[in-house]
Amino acid sequence: MTRVDRQAWDVVVVGAGGAGLRAAIEAREQGLRCAVICKSLFGKAHTVMAEGGIAASMGNVNSNDDWQVHFRDTMRGGKFLNNWRMAELHAQEAPDRVWELETWGAVFDRTPDGRISQRNFGGHEYPRLAHVGDRTGLELIRTLQQKIVSLQQEDEREYGDYEARLKVFQECTVTRVLKAPSKSGSAAGGRVSGVFGYERESGRFFVLEAPSVVLATGGIGKSFKVTSNSWEYTGDGHALALLAGARLINMEFVQFHPTGMVWPPSVKGILVTESVRGDGGVLRNSDGKRFMFDYVPDVFKEKYAESEAEGDRWYTDPDHNRRPPELLPRDEVARAINAEVKAGRGSPHGGVFLDVSTRMSAEAIQRKLPSMHHQFKELADVDITAEPMEVGPTCHYVMGGVEVDPDTAAAVGVPGLFAAGEVAGGMHGSNRLGGNSLSDLLVFGRRAGLHAARYAAAFATGAAPAVAEADIELAEAEALRPFGAEAAGNASGGVAENPYTLHQELQQAMGDLVGIIRRASEMEEALHRLAGLRARARRAGVEGHRQFNPGWHLALDLRNMLLVSECVARAALEREESRGGHTRDDHPGMDRRWRRVNLVCRLADESAEPAAADSVLGLIRLERLETPPIRGDLLELFEKEELRKYLTDEELTS
Amino acid sequence: MSYQARFKVWRGDADGGGLVDYEVTVNEGEVVLDIIHRLQATAAPDMAVRWNCKAGKCGSCSAEINGRPRLMCMTRMSVFDPAETITVTPMRAFPVVRDLVTDVSYNYAKAREVPSFVPPAHLKPGEYRMHQEDVGRVQEFRKCIECFLCQDTCHVVRDHEENKTAFAGPRFLMRVAELDMHPLDAAAEEGLDRRRGAREDHGLGYCNITKCCSEVCPEHIKITDNALIPLKERVVDRSYDPLVWLGNKIRRRGAEHAP
Repeated sequence: MTRVDRQAWDVVVVGAGGAGLRAAIEAREQGLRCAVICKSLFGKAHTVMAEGGIAASMGNVNSNDDWQVHFRDTMRGGKFLNNWRMAELHAQEAPDRVWELETWGAVFDRTPDGRISQRNFGGHEYPRLAHVGDRTGLELIRTLQQKIVSLQQEDEREYGDYEARLKVFQECTVTRVLKAPSKSGSAAGGRVSGVFGYERESGRFFVLEAPSVVLATGGIGKSFKVTSNSWEYTGDGHALALLAGARLINMEFVQFHPTGMVWPPSVKGILVTESVRGDGGVLRNSDGKRFMFDYVPDVFKEKYAESEAEGDRWYTDPDHNRRPPELLPRDEVARAINAEVKAGRGSPHGGVFLDVSTRMSAEAIQRKLPSMHHQFKELADVDITAEPMEVGPTCHYVMGGVEVDPDTAAAVGVPGLFAAGEVAGGMHGSNRLGGNSLSDLLVFGRRAGLHAARYAAAFATGAAPAVAEADIELAEAEALRPFGAEAAGNASGGVAENPYTLHQELQQAMGDLVGIIRRASEMEEALHRLAGLRARARRAGVEGHRQFNPGWHLALDLRNMLLVSECVARAALEREESRGGHTRDDHPGMDRRWRRVNLVCRLADESAEPAAADSVLGLIRLERLETPPIRGDLLELFEKEELRKYLTDEELTS
Repeated sequence: MSYQARFKVWRGDADGGGLVDYEVTVNEGEVVLDIIHRLQATAAPDMAVRWNCKAGKCGSCSAEINGRPRLMCMTRMSVFDPAETITVTPMRAFPVVRDLVTDVSYNYAKAREVPSFVPPAHLKPGEYRMHQEDVGRVQEFRKCIECFLCQDTCHVVRDHEENKTAFAGPRFLMRVAELDMHPLDAAAEEGLDRRRGAREDHGLGYCNITKCCSEVCPEHIKITDNALIPLKERVVDRSYDPLVWLGNKIRRRGAEHAP
């Protein structure tokens, strides 16, 4: 048996995007020793891709804004399926989290009186998004990164070691959350004891022992063919949580961002920020028509302009006009674009036209949307100051995730496990508003770090849950399997599978069959294909050695992508209604009775066994969970008339 | 629209390696990173490459293409002649880990040596007031995606490993300039002199403004003109300004001659 390097920490954070870094800062500021593990280099996390801004009701541009209005917008955007307590905490705490960034060196765009400027965005009643041009995510990551460096500088002064209390393990992947057996001896009820992972560079295995583990791994987009997500988004945290005994909720809700690039093919899916529409961009079909006016759903009729003239006036006089329908929540716009293309009114490369050139001066476009200008110029030879962009829906964000306690971010059912950011479920309900992601990362990243630290601090020195040697050996064997796949494949009569091919087939299946518009027969077909892929993935084999071997990394990531894909497909098949990021062709209406139902995914008990490739049952079990009623004072923020669209009559009378 | 392109990619590790020839399909609209990915998926599944966002926003896929430091995701194949052989090598200024992946820890070490933003003691969170015209320059520097191409190309360290100890490189001298220009940075109140630090701790004097860094910057940041030269000017203001020197001299002489 090889010796695996072991280190002891208080809190381990998996993921170094906005949520992970904010959690790590908090845990360290609580005086605990915190390790951050990330797959990329420090500062490269997918958060850098966030463009539009951070939603926080600071009221700098329109003083009517406050947390209650933000809460209301968030619940409407999520079609009332949100965990209302998370939405409440998020709206209340977001302004403090933004202001705090300034004290760490962030430099946001300013209002004329020198405060943080705020911009309009889909679904937000007032200008609310703190931003830096269209590169807000980069500013957020850099600020958190530099705050971590400043804490390390403090530690260097105090202990002579930058990494005494806060260390980033970059280019490492975690493959298992480890648990100490419960008192009864079963792993099911045990506490978290650490993580098992490997260094991508050398392939060496390591164990970080810690009583608290915070999952902050982001999303699952790499299971879909057209996505705005980077290679890191393989659903690692979702799968790690499932494998550790936690549960995932709302996995059927996947956000397709309405505007991704559609051409050239190699950049298909890359995001075109919603700020383009927030700042005046309009959507047109091949007839030149602003088609969004035809797609305003009943629940939003009173809130959106009825004519182009009114929509145009809104940009300068928002108090007396209603916003243009291009600024409907993302799910509505994505479906509308999909429908236009299907009806044969699409652009040459299968999208629609998004135009700012006729509505903003070239100078204003370059100032307000510099990275979009750059992106189209460099990648598509399109000058957005002179011609329209071609855009179409792209898989962007998963609303579903680990079921957590709203106040502490603790994963339900697994003591010592926490989750924050995209990997956590509940906050955004069935559809996330733009700008609510960065604020989510900060609000719940901080809460996860705080409560992970408190939980870890409660263990006396030497009394933390122990990592079992046998679990390390199992994790090691699992991680090494792709190297022996060829031999094992021959023994069982199969051939070794190319992990890249399996990945492409998975993306194709999910994109075609569990994509933006869904129907039962297709999802059944998807589950069938997933079962086949699962069996073949066990034979995924790689050549070469463990040093920086991307084929091996992908072979290991396939386990995670297959697990989360099954969750998405199974939950989507079960929910027989259309709501937010879940649209059923065969059940097109929203059903008030489904609002209170969360679909919960957990790992089947028998799935620890090698024979768990059962094609009918799969590895995931679904349960229905009734959500707690929304607190009375929060319901009073809405008109009765509006609530009637979402809540059942029994809920309204009680 | 597809064609077969000839590529030479450096394969190897710290112990050595060399260029390996590949023939590979190129489709319309593709970038160099797409071709590297195609090689991984077909001819060379263990070819090591760093990448992430594939949209020029994260700065992971830095390499040298035909000898020029570039982001692979932002280098379109259409800029090359289909007959041309395209050579892709790792960044030269940093030690090779494997294939196109280099050890960039020099940059992270230098980042830690720059003293952080010092928040003003008299302002609470939410009380910061800054004007857009005063933060525009700072924001230009904060566009940096830390691809380290400027560090790679800078001749002070490119072929002079021995200078790495004393020289922070353009990216981190720009970071010093950024903090020095931040309207609310309170370093001076804490007794921290960023300009002296630039000269004494970060090797600003090594830079002789050849602008190589600005030329390779994928964000088109004017590193030399807007960060390094102004920083040099202010360092000189402090340590040696001929006019100040002359003024002091005259005043002192005047004092000497006073009755």
